[in-house]
Amino acid sequence: MEHQETFDKVIGIIKPFVKNTDKLAGADQNTRLLEDLGVNSARLVDIVLAFEDEFDIAIDDEAADRVRTLGDAVTVIQEQKQ
Amino acid sequence: MTGLGVLAPNGHGLDEFERALREGCSGIRFYEKLRELKFGCQVGGAPQDVEEIKERYFSEEQRFSMKSTVISFGAIAAVDCWRDAGFELPSDASGEPDFDTGAIVGTGVAGIDLMCGYAGPTIDAGRARRMGSTIVEQVMCSGVSARIGGLLGLGGQVSTNSSACTTGTEAIAEAYWKIRAGRAKRMLAGGVEGESHYTWGSFDAMRVLATGKNDEPEKASRPMSASATGFVPGSGAGLLMLEDLESALARGARIYAEIMGADVNSGGQRQGGSMTAPNPFGVQRCIRAALDSAGVSGEEVDTINGHLTATMADPREVASWQAALGVTPERLPLINSTKSMIGHTLGAAGGIECVASVLELDRGFVHGSLNCEDLHPELEKYAASIPHVTRDVQPQTLAKASFGFGDVNACVIFRKWNSGKDN
Repeated sequence: MEHQETFDKVIGIIKPFVKNTDKLAGADQNTRLLEDLGVNSARLVDIVLAFEDEFDIAIDDEAADRVRTLGDAVTVIQEQKQ
Repeated sequence: MTGLGVLAPNGHGLDEFERALREGCSGIRFYEKLRELKFGCQVGGAPQDVEEIKERYFSEEQRFSMKSTVISFGAIAAVDCWRDAGFELPSDASGEPDFDTGAIVGTGVAGIDLMCGYAGPTIDAGRARRMGSTIVEQVMCSGVSARIGGLLGLGGQVSTNSSACTTGTEAIAEAYWKIRAGRAKRMLAGGVEGESHYTWGSFDAMRVLATGKNDEPEKASRPMSASATGFVPGSGAGLLMLEDLESALARGARIYAEIMGADVNSGGQRQGGSMTAPNPFGVQRCIRAALDSAGVSGEEVDTINGHLTATMADPREVASWQAALGVTPERLPLINSTKSMIGHTLGAAGGIECVASVLELDRGFVHGSLNCEDLHPELEKYAASIPHVTRDVQPQTLAKASFGFGDVNACVIFRKWNSGKDN
């Protein structure tokens, strides 16, 4: 799957958890989930579960802990798909 | 009281709820699911159109952790109460909390719908790690107050009390004392109960729910009647904004009523009291202590909003009111049961019924008590005090009490606010 396609799917998955919705329109690889988008840190669990369901992958706790930015999310997903 | 919020089986919002009370509109409905599950009581009371209200009130992000009805009901009523008190909802989470305002929002059974319907089966299936992050915050006892505190940015005490069916009235008494002690300017207080057949089924197992009227739901809740067979289970939320008078006057707030006094006690499960039955001496002591703290005599009480659930305890309760007020049967104030329209909303009962009480004082009426045309024989001597239809009177002083499992009692004395008089 192309990087951009994964990125777009990540945006769609994260959207329900975003408090700062105005920041989503200009989000890029470096956009931080907690600090920039206002995602509640507890919800990272739900986001990772949604990644697993959407991409049919398993993300272990170590990999999940590396998800700080949208780019991190894409990287972790693509690693697990390989 | 400077704000009210209500989500009841027979109405959402003050105007709709007032209309339902005045017109005697029942919120009791038949539930096919309860028939399928072979309940004896297949009727109940639950707020309507809740998902639609949530979509209007809350963002998708907020709704994600509102899957439990206790959280949803409480959040809706809290937003209504907050706005009714004249405040704007915080536009974002970046500002300073309101350290002058707290919340005591009680519930009887927290998050049982989510726990029994989702979390339990998921855990038992070995999938605990796939449940997501929101279970604890929705099933913890303080989940409802915690959610409300976050929505409104409250910086005072934010907690949940629980004392069975006394919960809502106890919360209001506790909030009143908090303000009286100078520990807060404002307290959001009341009760919430989620909608769950798991809760209702537990009472059905005790054989304390109404039977025999499954085909006539609006006639099933029959407090004070000879044909009462038990209570109808209900759910919803009723919250009040209590505010110290100085603060309310300073900001020009609309004042509905004043709390003159309150008491909370227990009958100790002695003298006829038990886990499930009240000690009448404890009940009377609680009412008298509330009156004493209010500086109000029994004869000054214009109307009573009773606990009155439609069980065998109703005649005993009315007798206790008479004894505590120290009046003859003929002089008993008007007494009604809001549960005749909405059922017994358990932990929410005190909250919703206190909202009804304050509306009666503010808007000048005493609502009719439904389904007691066949008055219980022991209540015949009080017949003149039991309105079957709404009376357009102007009560000035109202006594509200709730009683709960554990032999616990709470009573609050309200007085209509009249800025032109010495209150």
